[in-house]
Amino acid sequence: MKERLILNFPPECSEKPITYHLIKDYNFKVNILKAEITPGKEGRLLIEIEAEQEDLEQGLRFLKDEGISIYSLSREVIIKKDECIHCGLCTAVCFPGALEVDRNSWKLIFNPEKCIACELCIQACPLRLINVCFVGGLKT
Amino acid sequence: MPKTIEQINERIKKGEAVVLTAGEVKKMGQELSIKEIAKKVDVVTTATFGPMCSSGAFINFGHSDPPIKMSKVWLNYVPAYAGLAAVDAYIGATEASERESEYGGAHVIEDLIAGKSIQLWAISKGTDCYPRKEIETYINKDTLNECFLFNPRNAYQNYAAATNSTDKTIYTYLGILLPRFGNATYSTTGELSPLLNDPELRTIGIGTRIFLGGAQGFVVWNGTQFNTTTTTENKIPIGPARTLSLIGDMKKMSIEFIKAAIFERYGISLFVGIGIPIPILDEDMAKFVSVRDQDIKTTLCDYGLAGRPVIAEVTYKELRSGEIIVEGRSIKTGPISSMYKARKIAEILKEWIQKGDFLITEPVQELSKNAVFKKMTVRKEG
Repeated sequence: MKERLILNFPPECSEKPITYHLIKDYNFKVNILKAEITPGKEGRLLIEIEAEQEDLEQGLRFLKDEGISIYSLSREVIIKKDECIHCGLCTAVCFPGALEVDRNSWKLIFNPEKCIACELCIQACPLRLINVCFVGGLKT
Repeated sequence: MPKTIEQINERIKKGEAVVLTAGEVKKMGQELSIKEIAKKVDVVTTATFGPMCSSGAFINFGHSDPPIKMSKVWLNYVPAYAGLAAVDAYIGATEASERESEYGGAHVIEDLIAGKSIQLWAISKGTDCYPRKEIETYINKDTLNECFLFNPRNAYQNYAAATNSTDKTIYTYLGILLPRFGNATYSTTGELSPLLNDPELRTIGIGTRIFLGGAQGFVVWNGTQFNTTTTTENKIPIGPARTLSLIGDMKKMSIEFIKAAIFERYGISLFVGIGIPIPILDEDMAKFVSVRDQDIKTTLCDYGLAGRPVIAEVTYKELRSGEIIVEGRSIKTGPISSMYKARKIAEILKEWIQKGDFLITEPVQELSKNAVFKKMTVRKEG
């Protein structure tokens, strides 16, 4: 089962190869979706992970021991569909294919399971109808 | 046997005219010959709904007491051009608000059509006949004498598709273009697009009655940058060519077909809904309206490089598939014009004609057959 996590790195941790350990030591399949890490400062990493239950528990314990706070993430992309003109500009920047124009109806369709929250669609929408809300909680 | 516009209008008045949307006639073309289509069909409705920066509105505010000769005008803090008579102004779609970053002339136009109240602020030096020096009030479409769209360049006959070879994302009027050929955008409605269904403008000219923003409007002139010299294939230009200048009463329009647009780090534009009926006078016209996306090509230009060089020619069938292959490389494509809205406009125009509410117009004068799009030469002296 895939899970999306936000990892918040304390400054002393931001130069450690944390992702390497998750992959090498705990057999995590990691897909980095977004990274905001500045050496010497706090960092933030949005990852999608897949791991066996035992590996998952041990890997998460490793992260906590390193002082990294973990947020389990689900996201809601909110599109004001009633106001959408179906121009398709958002689809040109949506690589995972979450936003597509249906080839029969020529209406915009949204597949939330494909969204990686890159947020390019927010800028691309000429009517400013798209917002991404992060709904998350601290993972214990 | 060729038909005349007069004969077609007689059939419309009697409720006997055969009217099809561009989409329907193309399906018909799979079963019937050009000759049969010419005989059977009277009118084909074409449409587009895309961002058209060269749009704007003339407004007459009426005179206050004491009166003012407005020299500078702002509508919701968006400057309008007032170098006209005392209470006339022109608001351009791309003019930006002096207060809000994501509001401009297009939004004023949309808000007026929606019936919203707009703040008017105007100043003047004052004259003997117009003593007032400043006015601040609120207007809406009902308080105005006139407000009509007068768009200098709409309905482009084909337009280049855009991509970006550089290492940086660029923000353009054709949308966000991702680095290293990350995507490509294109802006016409292809086989539904009005000027691609009458490529030599045999039936569209000055005075042609059209659908504009949900109301009846007219072609008033050729559009700016009108160009008849673009390379053609089967008479269809490959890349930007002819354009139309359009007029229509904003008081009768609907915000379903006029929408303000914000292009990230570029500015404001206006989505304009246009529908044009094409009378099927003879077999040549039947052939023109049967054109398919695979027969319409455009140029793919690299907007990341100076001069926007052409790097390929692509068909609308390829562009609409969501992916084009250029020099062995796959590029994701996305539209800018709404096919959904264009189809809706073509349907509405068809209904208007079928009901007899909308007659076909013989152009008062045809548009130029020989027009060149000139570039600007920068000179140090006049």
